[in-house]
Amino acid sequence: MRRFIQCAFLMMAATATASAVEVTDSAGRTVTVPDTITRIYAAGPPASIITYMLAPDKLTGWPRAHHAYERPFINEAYRDLPVTGRLTGRGSTANLEVVIGLNPDLILDFGSIRQTYVSLAEKTQEQTGIPYLLIDGRFENTPTALRQLGKILGVETRGEELAEYAENLFSEIDQHIATVKENDKPRVYLARGPEGLETGVAGSINTEIIEKAGGRNVADYGPEIARQRNLVSMSIEEVLDLDPDIIVTWDRQFYDQVYQNPLWQPVRAVKNRAVYFAPAAPFGWIDKPPSINRLIGLKWMSGLLYPDHFSFDLEEEVRRFYRLFYQVEISDADLQQLIAWSRY
Amino acid sequence: MVEILGKTNQSQTALSGGLLAICLILLSVIASGIGQYPIDYADIIHALLHYFGIEEEPPDQTIRLVLSEVRLPRLLASVLVGAVLAAAGCVFQGMFRNPLVSPDILGVSTGAGLGAAAGILLSLSIISIQLMAFLGGLITVGAVYLVASSIRQHEPTLILVLAGIVIGSLAGACLSLVKILADPYDQLPAITFWLLGSFAAVDKIDLLGALPLCILALIPMVLLRWRINVLSLGDEEARALGVNPDKIRLFLIFAATLMTAAGVAIAGVIGWVGLVVPHIARLLVGPNFNRLLPIAMLIGANFLLVVDTIARTLTQTETPIGILTAFVGAPVFVWLLFHARRSWM
Repeated sequence: MRRFIQCAFLMMAATATASAVEVTDSAGRTVTVPDTITRIYAAGPPASIITYMLAPDKLTGWPRAHHAYERPFINEAYRDLPVTGRLTGRGSTANLEVVIGLNPDLILDFGSIRQTYVSLAEKTQEQTGIPYLLIDGRFENTPTALRQLGKILGVETRGEELAEYAENLFSEIDQHIATVKENDKPRVYLARGPEGLETGVAGSINTEIIEKAGGRNVADYGPEIARQRNLVSMSIEEVLDLDPDIIVTWDRQFYDQVYQNPLWQPVRAVKNRAVYFAPAAPFGWIDKPPSINRLIGLKWMSGLLYPDHFSFDLEEEVRRFYRLFYQVEISDADLQQLIAWSRY
Repeated sequence: MVEILGKTNQSQTALSGGLLAICLILLSVIASGIGQYPIDYADIIHALLHYFGIEEEPPDQTIRLVLSEVRLPRLLASVLVGAVLAAAGCVFQGMFRNPLVSPDILGVSTGAGLGAAAGILLSLSIISIQLMAFLGGLITVGAVYLVASSIRQHEPTLILVLAGIVIGSLAGACLSLVKILADPYDQLPAITFWLLGSFAAVDKIDLLGALPLCILALIPMVLLRWRINVLSLGDEEARALGVNPDKIRLFLIFAATLMTAAGVAIAGVIGWVGLVVPHIARLLVGPNFNRLLPIAMLIGANFLLVVDTIARTLTQTETPIGILTAFVGAPVFVWLLFHARRSWM
């Protein structure tokens, strides 16, 4: 035991001599990180996305392999980074020895800062000896997170640039929504699953983009339910009763048959041909994962909900976002494929 | 005749036990040198010598970290959990006089799974989730025992099994409910993986928490080893021989549940070990619990050590161990069904 403590002291001394800075993460933990960070292990998909956006050359790997349809939308240099799994405690697909072997300067988790994840961070940091940062991944926190991480990773200008994009988008939409009466906001249904009969309740992380873009989630059962539940199953009768103005989905199976399925025909959104398909490459536009990748989806959805107020060239906006955030020039063919179904 | 049989069996047990123990030591040594982070055996010896104060020069910092914080705790945990699952399987199979019984028969795994899932749902810390799993297992089996013992029937073991099925499926339904309520991004995958079992996150603290509980639970098994044999003759015979079957059963159920719950709390739900390993052991040394217990524990330890080494090295990312034990366990079980000539009792 004494030997162990000695070793721990030696280790602390070693990290202290290599010029280090203390940072406080979103969970209030004080973590000592090296002054210059060159290698980052992303603990999950959202962390890999924000690292890729800010400093792709520091990313040690992706949590999972990319599908063929996602690949054209990721910069060629980083498409084939190794698959390093995700760290979620017992449910890890990551092997701790692999994590140590990658020799990262930092393990980054971006998302929930609930107690489970705080204790996981502590435990993993202790086991691996690698500083583990936990950054709040809520959508509103996007500009703050980008600035904070930009600073820690030594890419302040880039962090600032991306944070400004997010901030401008948020404030532009917020300003407009403030002028719209609650009852005039379009009523939106998020259809999940091949039947389209799964949805996220209002207030859940899965559908927060709807409210953020100025819509009303029809599956609104009050804050009490939203605290307990995220996804719920619906019956077609409930959907008919809710009668949404707009339906958004990212499920191709559902989208492909919704206009033919007789059961869905009476729904207002289907009658008005207002069912929209959200692209999901390289990451989802409205969810999957619920992270910064949703910024372009927010832009898109604001145009869907308020076409008179937000008019922009979607192609141009998509190009701009993908160039700025994903550092990728997409070909015309890929662009067409990406937004073919999302048109309105 | 009986005397002779007993003697051959005794020497056979000693031989099998010795071989299995040597095998376990050899496999542990080999497994300690296998892993995603490349470490030479020379480095391991160096690190060990340094640890015991023989070697002055400290080992490489990373190698020390990988060995002491990640690989060795995990290796020891797989040995421990393998041994206790096999032991619990032996106890339950003997007690219920049924070869198809596994440690889950009274719902300990389902209960532990439910406890862990509830902990994940409530966003508790990892230690609390493990505690919830442990308590969930104990409470479920406690409920089964209460229900069964309040029903006065001729066949108490049958009632126990039925109560186990009822309470177990009730706990299963609650588990499904928790899954529906869970956040599909970070909680649901965590629950799913938890139910598949894995040693990926085991650390020293887990090991130090589970070890005393397992040893504690082993004591009544060793002390009652002769009475378990009597119990497997049936309640009437046991009573005739002056053994109170209800009391013995209570002790054994508690002991087997305690060790299984401790194992499940650190490694999640791992199937097949508790079902298949006692069969292999019985094939080697016969049904006498006195011999069966140590042999089964050694086989279980060897088995899970090997399977976990595969789980952590098969690919760059982790393979849940519950999947691998099923892939290995199912064919072995079928083979046993074909080849086991010796009656199971």
